[in-house]
Amino acid sequence: MPSFATPLDANTIVDIALLAMLAVIVVAVARTRSLLTAIILTSVYSFISAVWLVVMDAADVSFTEAVVGAGVSTIIALGAILLTRSECSRIPWRETLLPLLLVTVTGGLLVYAALDLPSLGDPSAPANIYVGRLYLQHAEHDIGTPNIVTAVLSSYRGFDTLGETTVIFAAGLGVALLLGFGERALQDTPRPSMAKMAESGQHVVLRVSAKMLIPMISIYAFYVQFHGDLGPGGGFQAGVIMAVAIILHALVFGLQETMESIPPQLARGLSAFGVLLYAGVGVVNLTNGGNFLDYDHLFPRIFEEGLPDSHLVGGHHIWGQHFGILAIELGVFLTVASTMVTIFYAFAGRAPDLSPHGEG
Amino acid sequence: MSEVVTWIGSSLAVAGALAAIIGSLGVIRFPDFYTRTHAASITDTGAATLMILGLILISGWSVLALKLAIIWAFIMLTSPTAAHALTNAAYGAGERPQLGPWRLFDRDRKEAER
Repeated sequence: MPSFATPLDANTIVDIALLAMLAVIVVAVARTRSLLTAIILTSVYSFISAVWLVVMDAADVSFTEAVVGAGVSTIIALGAILLTRSECSRIPWRETLLPLLLVTVTGGLLVYAALDLPSLGDPSAPANIYVGRLYLQHAEHDIGTPNIVTAVLSSYRGFDTLGETTVIFAAGLGVALLLGFGERALQDTPRPSMAKMAESGQHVVLRVSAKMLIPMISIYAFYVQFHGDLGPGGGFQAGVIMAVAIILHALVFGLQETMESIPPQLARGLSAFGVLLYAGVGVVNLTNGGNFLDYDHLFPRIFEEGLPDSHLVGGHHIWGQHFGILAIELGVFLTVASTMVTIFYAFAGRAPDLSPHGEG
Repeated sequence: MSEVVTWIGSSLAVAGALAAIIGSLGVIRFPDFYTRTHAASITDTGAATLMILGLILISGWSVLALKLAIIWAFIMLTSPTAAHALTNAAYGAGERPQLGPWRLFDRDRKEAER
C-alpha cells in the first residue's frame, strides 16, 4: 500500500507540479475544437512526460517519449490534418454521455488498480524480485554491458524486442497500404529547386540553421546508437533521431529534395532489411547449435577457442553477446528510422502544401 | 571561494526563472501575435542562457559544464530559428501586426469583446 505520509521533499513537489501540468493539458485537449491546437498540446504533453520520466530516472524511456511523442508523431499528425479538416464539428451533448460514462468508469478502475501498485523503488515489488533481481545480478557477468536496460532489452528479452521491431515494420506497412509510398510527389510538376530558393533569398534563416542542425542531429543519432550499451539509448531512440534529421531536411528543403537523396524505395527496403537482419542473427545462433537469439552461439565454438584470454570476461567469451547486440541494434535502427521516413513520405507525399514553397 | 561561485550560480539560475515568468506574463498580456512571440522567444533564450550559465558555475570545471555549454549552443541556434519560422509563417498567412498607441488596441479589444 502506498503511504500518504511521505514528507514533501523537492522531488515530490516537482512530481506534483509536472503531473498537474499533464492534467491541465489533458482537459485542454478534450475541450479544444481546433485539431491543430490539440496536436500542439499533445506534443507539449509528451515533452512534459519526458521531463517527468527523467525525474523518475527512466532516461531510456524519456528519450523515446521526447523524440517519438513530441517530435515525429506531432509532425505526422500535422501531415494528417493537412489531408483533412483542422476543426472538429460540434457534437450534441447527448452523444457525449456514453463516452463520458465509459471514460469515467475506466479511469475509476485504473485509479482503483493504481492504489494496489507497489511504491516506486519498492524492493519487494514483483518487478524487483524473481527475474528482475536475476537480471540485475547477472547482466554484468553474462552480457558485459554496463547499461542493464540494453542487456535486458536486446539479450535476455531479445525475442520481445524482435516482436516490437516487427510491429513497427507492420505499422509502416499498414500506412503504406492505406496511403501509398508518397511517390506521387516525385511525379508532380517540379517545384523550385534549392538553387532557386537561394537566389530569391527565401527562408534564409531556416536553411542556414537547418544546415547546421542536420549534421549535429545525425551525429547524435549515431552516438546514441553506439553508446547504447554504456548509457541511455539504443536502436529505437537512435533510429527515431535519425528519422527526425531526415524529416527536418524535408520540411526545410522540400519533400522532392529529400526524396532524391533518400528515395522511398530505399527507405522501404531498409525497413524490411532491419527486421531480416534481426531475425537473421537469431537463425545464425540456431545453426551454431544455440537457441534462437542466444548470442553466446553467434560465433562457432572453434572461432571462440582461438581467441586470446584477454577477451575473457567473467570466465567466458562475451564476443558473441557484444556483436549480437551490435547487429540486432543495427537492425532495430534501420527498421525504426526507415519506417518513420516511409510513414512521413506517405503523409507528406499526399499533402503538397507541407513543403515551404507550397503556398508562400 | 567555491561557495561564492555556487551562490552566484544559484542567483543566475533564479534570475533565469524570473525571466521565464516575465516572458509568460508577456505572452498573456501583450496585444498581438508578434509582440507575444517576441516576449516568448526573447525571454526563452535569455532565461535558458542565465539558467545554463548558473548551472555551469554550480557544476564547476567538469564534463557536465561542457555538456551544458553544448545545450546552450543548441538552444541559441534552435529557439530564435523557431521564433523566426513562426512569425514568418504567420506573416505569410496574412496576420498583420497592430501598429499605433497601445491604448487604442486596448479600447478596440474591449469593444470587440462587448
